[in-house]
Amino acid sequence: MLEVENLAFSVYENGTERMILSDVSFDVKKGEMLVITGPNGGGKSTLAKVLMGIEQAKTGKVVLDGEDITGYDIDERAKAGIGFAFQQPPRFKGMTVDKLISLAAGEPKDESECCALLSRVGLCAQEYVKRQVDNTLSGGEMKRLEIATVLAKPHKICIFDEPEAGIDLWSFSMLIEQFEEIKQDENQSLILISHQERIMQMADRVMVIEDGKVAGLGRREDILPQLMAQGTSCCACM
Amino acid sequence: MAELDKVTQAILKYIDEAGFKQEGAFNLRHNGMSLCHGNSEHVKIVKKEDKQGIDIYIDGNTNGEEIHIPVVVDASGFTDKVYNDFHIADGANVVIIAGCGIHNDGHADSRHDGVHSFFVGKGANVTYRENHYGAGEGDGARILNPVTKIYVDEDSVFTLDTAQIKGVDSTKRETEVELAAGSKLFVMEKLMTHGEQMAESNMQIKLNGTASSAQIISRSVAKEHSAQVFHPAAVGNAKCNAHIQCDSIIMDEAQVRSIPEINARHLDAAIVHEAAIGRINDEQLIKLRTMGMKAEEAESVIIEAFLN
Repeated sequence: MLEVENLAFSVYENGTERMILSDVSFDVKKGEMLVITGPNGGGKSTLAKVLMGIEQAKTGKVVLDGEDITGYDIDERAKAGIGFAFQQPPRFKGMTVDKLISLAAGEPKDESECCALLSRVGLCAQEYVKRQVDNTLSGGEMKRLEIATVLAKPHKICIFDEPEAGIDLWSFSMLIEQFEEIKQDENQSLILISHQERIMQMADRVMVIEDGKVAGLGRREDILPQLMAQGTSCCACM
Repeated sequence: MAELDKVTQAILKYIDEAGFKQEGAFNLRHNGMSLCHGNSEHVKIVKKEDKQGIDIYIDGNTNGEEIHIPVVVDASGFTDKVYNDFHIADGANVVIIAGCGIHNDGHADSRHDGVHSFFVGKGANVTYRENHYGAGEGDGARILNPVTKIYVDEDSVFTLDTAQIKGVDSTKRETEVELAAGSKLFVMEKLMTHGEQMAESNMQIKLNGTASSAQIISRSVAKEHSAQVFHPAAVGNAKCNAHIQCDSIIMDEAQVRSIPEINARHLDAAIVHEAAIGRINDEQLIKLRTMGMKAEEAESVIIEAFLN
């Protein structure tokens, strides 16, 4: 489904190049759930942005379902089948919740369809449909709405950047149910960036990114015990 | 029933979104003349004798009625000045749909200056919608300079909803409002300018009565080389509440000045202002692009929502 080869990304600080990602290679199979974890500042969110085309890779290749999307821009990658949920979603002054969902779905969604979608992410739907996506919504509400926008239409692969951040425990349980539901769909792959053990427990495979490099990649059963044993590095983030 | 030409019909679609009909109370002013007009049971429209314009008498039994009084100028080089006075009786509930469209295919400037005064009685509820629009292929300017004076008596509600989204080269809007005890004012001002367009809006709200309140929201988008100036002022002369919010998106080489003024002349006057000018947020653009939109499409969606 997704093949990533030798991906590198760097920034320039005071004229000096600093590598954020180096030689990152991995794949995600059709219907597979890959959880990417690792210490803060290790490059996980940057990797997610590079996959979506938000940041431009210095080198490397990205192939989605046999299609080389390396040179694709953000919207072209979206059309190719990548869905993306931001860690900190932006607010839109004047935009209503149902309008944003319709835009995300790529077609008008009526009130009942919007309500059904919002209910899936734990938002009391009727109250929210005509609310504005501005600072009257809390961080947690924004986060749940962000996930709803990704669920608004099917994708080949969805990338969720720390979906659990800012979400209360009750909503987190509903979120887990959603990911389990998506996981049942054998055609849809998932990449979740997370520090949460409960999310990692759902993964087919876990990849550890540390200092911009792949520090571990394997089956959940193999990687998780290692992370637990290390204790001081990644597990400290959990 | 008066027959309307294609240009007039096209302009009416922009300035009277509710749909202009020659029914009930209405008056269509076309190149300085009343092209058609009608009264209803509760609303009487009377031509002024001493100057250009009309008096609109709205009685206290008016309940939710719409009054349509659009202005169309399509004669190039024409200057129109009109005085419209609205006399709104105690307890009336009315929606007034005004607005002006200028279609200029010539080289000379076309201009409309509308001076509208509202005398609102006690316990009334008035919604006034005014869309401004310019069109035509000529290089003559389309100029609109509205003056709006609103006097709101006790316990009444006045909603002022104005929009100028396209085609007006120059506008200077002056708005004065006086609020008596318990009265409420809601203002929503939307503006978009392009090219070399100029827009200035000065608004003074006097909160004279105890428990009067005002909420002024101004949203604008300035593109290309256009320039905008906003100067909303709230003066608290009594125990009152007022909130002014001016948000602008600036693009290209445009200029926006926002000068909100709050003036408290009473210990219990609570007046707040917020003003923000900024470019389109990159994160918003990126979010919409992750939904499959091109950058230009995402930009249009953000602007449309912002001016919603």
